[in-house]
Amino acid sequence: MEQEIALRVDGAEHRLTVDTRTTLLDALRERLGITSPKKGCDHGQCGACTVLLDGRRANSCLALAVGYDGSEIVTAEGLAEGDGLHPMQRAFVEHDGYQCGYCTPGQIVSAVGMLEEVKAGWPSHATEDLNLEEILLDDDEIRERMSGNLCRCAAYANIVPAIREVSER
Amino acid sequence: MRPYSYVRADDVDGAIATLAEAPNAAFLAGGTNLVDLMKLGVTTPDVLVDVRRLTSNRIEDLDDGGLRIGAAVPNSDLAADRKVRTRYPALSQALLAGASGQLRNVATTGGNLLQRTRCVYFYDTTTPCNKREPGSGCSALEGHNKYHAIIGASEHCVATHPSDMAVAMAALDAFVNVRGADGERRIPIEELHRLPGDEPQRDTILEHGELITSVDLPPLSFLSNSRYRKARERASYAFALVSVAAALDVEGGVVRDARLALGGVAHKPWRATKAEEALRNEPANEPNFRAAADIELESAEPLGDNAFKVPLARNIITRTLLDLSEKR
Repeated sequence: MEQEIALRVDGAEHRLTVDTRTTLLDALRERLGITSPKKGCDHGQCGACTVLLDGRRANSCLALAVGYDGSEIVTAEGLAEGDGLHPMQRAFVEHDGYQCGYCTPGQIVSAVGMLEEVKAGWPSHATEDLNLEEILLDDDEIRERMSGNLCRCAAYANIVPAIREVSER
Repeated sequence: MRPYSYVRADDVDGAIATLAEAPNAAFLAGGTNLVDLMKLGVTTPDVLVDVRRLTSNRIEDLDDGGLRIGAAVPNSDLAADRKVRTRYPALSQALLAGASGQLRNVATTGGNLLQRTRCVYFYDTTTPCNKREPGSGCSALEGHNKYHAIIGASEHCVATHPSDMAVAMAALDAFVNVRGADGERRIPIEELHRLPGDEPQRDTILEHGELITSVDLPPLSFLSNSRYRKARERASYAFALVSVAAALDVEGGVVRDARLALGGVAHKPWRATKAEEALRNEPANEPNFRAAADIELESAEPLGDNAFKVPLARNIITRTLLDLSEKR
């Protein structure tokens, strides 16, 4: 069973017909050729498929494409400003925040979405006082807030400083 | 995945009517559990009715001083809501202790209540499981049952309910508002989820076609002195071994009122009414907290791999009540 949907991905409009079973991740990768969101576990556990979905970070492997007709999606590719890297992308390069690189697009998109959540004052499990107006984003906070992105090379020791640097700007 | 048709209804009543006509149809909200279950062939609906944009996504004050949470409110918005943080902190903490940032952004309030167990045998379609395939047997009874129930289980199913949020809501005396073809009903959250008995395939008392529209929290002021504590195998992003949601009203060193619920121990969020009874009108101190926990856990029947959950539950209950009594 197929349905036609419209998606705006990294600023470009797309119209496509998809099987109702197609996930957003498969629509991006297999139908639109946008391969920066990666398929890791395909069960919402690893975070490699993370995109900004209508402005918020989400696992595209657990989203049915038909359910997001008309949505705006930003992938790691779309974060770049023309030929220049996004500050989070540059920080990952400078801090060597990866080894094999497979989880990296998901990590970067997730980190960008996460910093917006911090800016909005959202607490986390690592936040001592739920009623603080402003979040102090220390390393424990970064680790907790990024726990939905796994790195099998365990590059966390460099991922955390990369994110911290961007958060301090 | 088995083919299915996808329907976006115009309103709640339309969604309910569509489901009523299709015995093998399912509501879809955030999909963070359902889509996974469909990929694995555990759940095989032939029609999906998308209700994500149909129910309310607002958190509103009720006239009685309580709070109404729309079924479509994402877990992350609920956790971050200022009113929830100050009036029902255990609920914020429970939500923040569950899943990941990505999942909380999508998972809804209604869907969180209706998520299925994470018992590995339920997800493994090559093994017997009475919850997935009634009558096939329970693989966990004699299998890997470290993560399974210690209270209220049956010979047919020893699975636990996975939600953190629901445990906090159980302790906070929430009501779940439901609409079906025959109208609306208001269910105390303690009655929403079932014990497995000989029908473990039924997680809740909801009938086919009934849709959760909102959850109400009561206006009890001492619920602002509430807390959620969770023991798990990783620091983050793991289901509970045991968790506790508690609220305590202490005056002059004596417990006036208490609310206590446990997660990770039963087929439903376990409201610890016996412990609450034992706590009331007694001095707020560690021996009494420990004794109350023991009274609740008297009926525990651990399995081969999970006897550790009994002392773990006792210790977490005691520590959480101590935290709450020292705060005042």
